[in-house]
Amino acid sequence: MYEIVKAHALSKAVFEMWIRAPQVARNAQAGQFCIIHPDGAGERVPLTISGTEGDLIRISFMAIGTTTKLLSTLSAGDCLRDVVGPLGMPSDIAKGPETVVIVGGGVGVACTPIIAQAAKDAGNYVIGIIGARNKSLLILEDEMKAICDELFVTTDDGSYGIKGFASGPLQTLCESGRKIDKVWIIGPGMMMKVTSSVTKPYGIKTYVSLNPVMVDGTGMCGSCRVVVGGRMLFACVDGPEFDAHQVDWDDLLARQRMYVADEKQSVEYHEAHHECRCRKVE
Amino acid sequence: MDRDANLRVTDFGEVDLGFTETEVRAEAARCIQCKKPTCVNGCPVGIDIPAFIHACEMGEFREAARIIKKDNMLPAICGRVCPQETQCQGECVLGNKDMPISIGHLERFVADWERREGIETPVRLPATGKKVAVVGSGPAGLSAAAELARLGHTVTVFESLHEAGGVLMYGIPAFRLPKDIVRTEIEQVKKLGAEIKTNYVVGRSVPVAELLGYDAVFLGTGAGLPYFMGLPGENLCGIYSANEFLTRVNLMGANRFPEMDTPVKKGKKVVVIGGGNVAMDAARVARRMGAAVTLMYRRGEADMPARLDEVRHAKEEGIEFMCCTNPVRFIEGENKAVAGVEAIRMELGSPGDDGRCSFEPIDGSNFTVEADVVVEAIGQGPNPLLLRMLPELARNKNGSVAVNCLGQTSVPKVYAGGDVATGAATVILAMGTAKDAARAIDKMLRGASQF
Repeated sequence: MYEIVKAHALSKAVFEMWIRAPQVARNAQAGQFCIIHPDGAGERVPLTISGTEGDLIRISFMAIGTTTKLLSTLSAGDCLRDVVGPLGMPSDIAKGPETVVIVGGGVGVACTPIIAQAAKDAGNYVIGIIGARNKSLLILEDEMKAICDELFVTTDDGSYGIKGFASGPLQTLCESGRKIDKVWIIGPGMMMKVTSSVTKPYGIKTYVSLNPVMVDGTGMCGSCRVVVGGRMLFACVDGPEFDAHQVDWDDLLARQRMYVADEKQSVEYHEAHHECRCRKVE
Repeated sequence: MDRDANLRVTDFGEVDLGFTETEVRAEAARCIQCKKPTCVNGCPVGIDIPAFIHACEMGEFREAARIIKKDNMLPAICGRVCPQETQCQGECVLGNKDMPISIGHLERFVADWERREGIETPVRLPATGKKVAVVGSGPAGLSAAAELARLGHTVTVFESLHEAGGVLMYGIPAFRLPKDIVRTEIEQVKKLGAEIKTNYVVGRSVPVAELLGYDAVFLGTGAGLPYFMGLPGENLCGIYSANEFLTRVNLMGANRFPEMDTPVKKGKKVVVIGGGNVAMDAARVARRMGAAVTLMYRRGEADMPARLDEVRHAKEEGIEFMCCTNPVRFIEGENKAVAGVEAIRMELGSPGDDGRCSFEPIDGSNFTVEADVVVEAIGQGPNPLLLRMLPELARNKNGSVAVNCLGQTSVPKVYAGGDVATGAATVILAMGTAKDAARAIDKMLRGASQF
């Protein structure tokens, strides 16, 4: 059993949780993920490790499906049946001095500080761009401000920071002619697809963290197969970070939607049943 | 005795109910107790088959269990899933004129009898103080762990999934191997003193340096990497590897969705590609979830590598066999979901250098089979995760880990057995190679010559 040590909401939509998982925390690097299996009836859900501290790992998520809705109701002292990780390849962070840009959109912002920090620790100049639909949904601004050399904040409706998408400041940076060595873009699939098209004409190496449906997370099932550079790869062992300009986005986005109807059915089932799936310390 | 096919396709309960005590004693009495028993040669772990059969005939099932467990710690599993027709029973001399002894059923009865009456844990040898890491808790890992623990070593088993058992849990469906049986056998391995750590991914949550810090390491990571055919349309929604399809159902309980949270596309018309045990399992799982199932295999039915019982059971359950047929592409329907399989007929070609005839496509014989779910069961390779972290480990051409006759790899103190070393094979072969490696590890740890 894996104890939840801290749990709170970062915004109306995004939750954050610190879990005691020593073997994950001690070995985790930026860019890797873990699999959470909340209880015997639950799904195995991959979530990016968004921070570590001693024996604790941090995960951040939106309460959308059955598992994440359930996670959002848990609090400190509750336990998760299984936490596995760290999984996947770490971010390809080079020893500096390079100039790197870390772009986060929506819940993806939660996964930017760990990459920004790793890039910073490796002696790089780190520019952060974080975006949200509006001010109330913006998360982790202070944390990113403390790490990054420069930070741009955008909101779609202009209620805070620069009005528009996170791709805006990225476009401006590219056009300015400043030397940018690497870009990371973390967010929903569509946001990553659109945002990564900005850097393509400039030939800037751009990484995205893909989040296809997974089951085991160890290369065993092929559920998370993605097409990158025309080759079939498994996001769980070959990724989750890939060269954005090589990703077959239509393939990814279609496969991500494979269980949308089932997810809805599952959520409705649990809402209708209200049964207590006891998740306290056993 | 098998349950009625029409009944059993409505649930995941065990298909073969086994023998009664009377049947067992009668069957055992048929054994002529050969002076030079050929059946033992057919057993990858070398069980003293005539001796345990004799005990069965006498009704001394406790003694029979002791005899079996000298060589096989997982008899309830092997009695159910071994391809006996090509092993012990295939060698039985009675088979020349009549039916061979149903050795598998006898083994299974003895194991089930012991499970009912109370299982005897074998005596452990005095502790050696040596520490051995076992990677993977499938048939190979469990056998190696049991043997090493029995020999007095301190054994830690690392399992990446949340349940121990490997393919016995995620791969083989409950109607063929009930999961409480697997759990009981795993408990026996624990009772011998082996510690099983689930949720530990070696190479990730256990660094390789830590692994190599053990006095010896046994790799039993299996053949978990599913192969795909590489055909157009393979990423359409509804196309699964058999590993994924079976894992969703067997390990995650997706057949009980939404009571269980993990979904699976159940499908109305399912096409399963392949002719091995895994293909049969996938087809029969799909059938139990209500689908009409077609099994597509590129060779003839007689060439199928599946156990005879599995083929027979699948047919009884209404699986349509489409042999000498190979898929060429997957047809896209709405919302990027699969709508069908375009296939081509195959015919026997001329024999190659190895004397085995290959099957070749018949030009222009293409046709389409409707399908809303497709499962590819065309084989598996070794899981790349750990092997990538240990690049100095020498590999065979097919990607499996190269070992000598003792199970030694190219890395000192590291041994391997089961599918990761042999390529995808059977549970019992995995156990046999694991047991051999365990004994070699024991010898090494006791300071005997390393060869």
